[in-house]
Amino acid sequence: MSASAMAAGQPAIGRTDFYLVEEPHHEAGGFTHLGFWIYLMSDCLIFAVLFATYGVLGASFAGGPGPRDLFDLGLVALNTTFLLISSITYGFAMLAVYQGDQKKTLMWLAVTGLFGALFLVVELYEFYHLIHEGAGPQRSAFLSAFFALVGTHGLHVTFGILWLIVLVVQINKRGLIPANVRRLTCLSLFWHFLDLVWIGVFTYVYLFGVLR
Amino acid sequence: MSADHSQAYANDPHAHAHDPHAAPHGTFQSYVTGFVLAVILTVIPFFLVMARPIESAGYTAAIVLFCALLQILVHMVFFLHMTPKAEDGWLLLSTIFTIVLVVITLAGSLWIVFHLNNNMMPGGIMDDMIREAPPPSN
Amino acid sequence: MAIETFASPETSFLFGRLTWSAIPLHEPIVVVTFIVVAIGGIALLGALTYFKVWGYLWKEWFTSVDHKKIGIMYMVLGLIMLLRGFADAIMMRLQQAMAFNGSEGYLNAHHYDQIFTAHGVIMIFFVAMPFVTGMMNYIMPLQIGARDVAFPFLNNFSFWMTVGGAVIVMASLFVGEFAQTGWLAYPPLSGIAGSPYVGVDYYIWGLQVAGVGTTLSGINLIVTIVKMRCPGMTMMRMPVFTWTALCANILIVASFPVLTACLVLLTLDRYVGTNFFTADNGGNPMMYVNLIWIWGHPEVYILVLPAFGIFSEVTSTYCGKRLFGYSSMVYATVCITVLSYIVWLHHFFTMGSGASVNSFFGIATMIISIPTGAKLFNWLFTMYRGRIRYELPMMWTIAFMLTFIIGGMTGVMLAVPPADFVLHNSLFLIAHFHNVIIGGVLFGLFAGITFWWPKAFGFRLDPFWGKVSFWCWVSGFWVAFTPLYILGFMGVTRRMRVFDDPSLQIWFLIASLGAVLIAIGIAAMIIQFAVSIWRRDELRDTTGDPWDGRTLEWATSSPPPAYNFAFTPVAHDIDAWWDMKTHGYRRPQEGFKPIHMPQNTSSGIILAGLATVCGMALIWYIWWLAILAFAAMIATAIWHTFNYNRDYNIPAADVTAVEAQRSRMLAGRA
Repeated sequence: MSASAMAAGQPAIGRTDFYLVEEPHHEAGGFTHLGFWIYLMSDCLIFAVLFATYGVLGASFAGGPGPRDLFDLGLVALNTTFLLISSITYGFAMLAVYQGDQKKTLMWLAVTGLFGALFLVVELYEFYHLIHEGAGPQRSAFLSAFFALVGTHGLHVTFGILWLIVLVVQINKRGLIPANVRRLTCLSLFWHFLDLVWIGVFTYVYLFGVLR
Repeated sequence: MSADHSQAYANDPHAHAHDPHAAPHGTFQSYVTGFVLAVILTVIPFFLVMARPIESAGYTAAIVLFCALLQILVHMVFFLHMTPKAEDGWLLLSTIFTIVLVVITLAGSLWIVFHLNNNMMPGGIMDDMIREAPPPSN
Repeated sequence: MAIETFASPETSFLFGRLTWSAIPLHEPIVVVTFIVVAIGGIALLGALTYFKVWGYLWKEWFTSVDHKKIGIMYMVLGLIMLLRGFADAIMMRLQQAMAFNGSEGYLNAHHYDQIFTAHGVIMIFFVAMPFVTGMMNYIMPLQIGARDVAFPFLNNFSFWMTVGGAVIVMASLFVGEFAQTGWLAYPPLSGIAGSPYVGVDYYIWGLQVAGVGTTLSGINLIVTIVKMRCPGMTMMRMPVFTWTALCANILIVASFPVLTACLVLLTLDRYVGTNFFTADNGGNPMMYVNLIWIWGHPEVYILVLPAFGIFSEVTSTYCGKRLFGYSSMVYATVCITVLSYIVWLHHFFTMGSGASVNSFFGIATMIISIPTGAKLFNWLFTMYRGRIRYELPMMWTIAFMLTFIIGGMTGVMLAVPPADFVLHNSLFLIAHFHNVIIGGVLFGLFAGITFWWPKAFGFRLDPFWGKVSFWCWVSGFWVAFTPLYILGFMGVTRRMRVFDDPSLQIWFLIASLGAVLIAIGIAAMIIQFAVSIWRRDELRDTTGDPWDGRTLEWATSSPPPAYNFAFTPVAHDIDAWWDMKTHGYRRPQEGFKPIHMPQNTSSGIILAGLATVCGMALIWYIWWLAILAFAAMIATAIWHTFNYNRDYNIPAADVTAVEAQRSRMLAGRA
């Protein structure tokens, strides 16, 4: 748990030096990365609760349809593909950022947003289909838990896309200045984090559901 | 978004320079490696469940779970660039702590409610979750 | 009874289910309260307008990102809400003392049930939490030699979200009703069938709005401690209060999301008709109990750990000694942090999970008492052979030790599952948790307030009225809660409105007497604040270090300048300021540089205001307003991110002037 004693790069500090004569140089916004990560960890616990709820209620069909009657694994595979592709395209956007190539960054961001949107379209189609079949979130505890978990993930993707659009505008306006790069890094963490949660969703909800 | 407290950069001479202390980031190669691994680890479980080459649901589930855990690891290393050194180890520490809490939340809830159902809802309601015979008093 | 008259199914587009009948004119107590609050409020607003302080408040306080001002605002919020929460307490005591021998008391069931719910919710979320967060906000950055927190704007936003939650809960007093479910709103009672009107919705949205603020403030303070410690201050040189603040904030970030998610699921049950916690369609109400206690137990430690930190600082300062067993204190704190996450089931042993589950959680609970006990011995050994100065904070600390021991031991009793089956939901439990929360958290906060008041305002608190308050609080606590222990052993359950057995009445009368003593204690405390402000020149602290302190907050002036330290301090040891004093530290007099600071912003209060409006609209089913407020919130947040200039420099000349002023002050005293 112990951190490095003296800040690296400072001139040597004697035993009787009790203050720094020079203002220490804080990396501008150097706290954001850790702060955003900790936020993601708290988000992780929201998902933990939803997973636990699904785990507890996932077999309470109340006489209604179960996973095997409802889930179309082909659709889920398609969705997983979209999200996975959007992850690597976001990676390419970040590589373009490090090269300082604004045009390429924007292009890859647009591609990422597009795949995110496709993911949402498929998910909304699935939801629409389920509700249409009478398997809406009110039908049973299993379906409530399913819609809550998958829907919360979808809501995160929606906000990710909104954030992405805002960032595209801001990069257009200001270029790849450090503040924008930092925001891009945060969104990349957010985006990859959502992909990571999706692994849990397709494994635990869809694949295990059909297996059961 | 609100977590993003930014500061003025208009006059920063390093505006486009590389910050050596910045968060670790990937290369083209690492992203592609991660992507290929992720694809493999996604295809295997989908194939196992959709085509059912393995008869036993238990074995299939075990492999699917293993692939998922492995893929989570792949994403952490190649996409999220987790290293023990990032942010003086605080990233890794917070992640491990979170994983422990997630496991406690999941396992604890399942354990508690499973036993609860076992004890309190005998007979019919939760047949598939009941292993032992209901207590004779009920 | 009153519920039927309220539950009108019709809603209008414009006002949702808000109608004139929502204003409880049929409850004379509420009407009188409303009149008093309205007169008081109008008087206050009028005074603020008359003295033309609105602009000052807005510019210097409401939009401020200074952690010190935000900390003080948290404390003010906590104090105001303490008065409300205590009013609820004394009403309950009066009702229970009266309702014997066929008397119904003076509160009907609908009103009484709201009161005990509101008392719990307010005391935990809007008294203890703001006090603790405020204390951490004010003191922690000073203790680590930082100029502010890591995300100053977020800090302001978090505070206003907490206020937003408090406003929603307070609004329920005069418009509609509050929940009648108990402070954790267990379903199915809190489901739409059991509570069809707005009470539970007030509860949900009040907590959700405040919860966002709490979580973000937790993230903020963790990053501050991890990243902004001054050079030389390693983790194992951090003041114990900072350590406990770190652990408390880790618990906040790890547990409040659980509360948020749990309440979201309850919301979906109520608003959308899902079946998470319903009794039919496969829902499982016990899952709610399980989830909310995953948050609920760490919450207890979120409150008490910082109090432990305060006691540690107070003990070592007033004993003039380094804290005994600093590292064992740190490890004990970390142990408690982790252990607090695996004991939640002890709140519902009687739910029926069986022997194996109950024994695991029972044993885990008992294990927590080991690190807690280690802390107690550390304080005792710090006092041993110390030159103890019995100033007020030290008195609170000793009262804490004596009181908290009993609370801790009754807690271990409750951790034994068979004993818990007898005592569950009895007044014994009520006595136990008041024993730890008043004896632990509140006494700690009072010690902290007295200890750090001179740091925040530049003058000490009047000791006479402080002692009056102290003795009333401590004796009042015991008079009020010992009878509840006894009643609990007799099997009296909590939340009762009327009693059949006349032999119990004497105990409730004694408990009411205790409540009156505590009321005098609170009054004496407010008098103490007033008297101290009145006599501030006599009580002035010119040194910045009135108690011969040990940690860095005492190195700067009282109150500290906006930038906290003219030069970033360097720590060489635990108790950095003590080390500086004993190694010939001399205050820098020249060579000041410009200091980079964050700018004030109104985004925080605007965002939180919109969130509050959104919450109120959702409570009353005014959908258009909810959508509008939510959209406005998103738009404001986005608009805020387009502002890239959020900092400014305090010119060197200004720093020099402030420091010269301090030099004159120090010289004037010498």
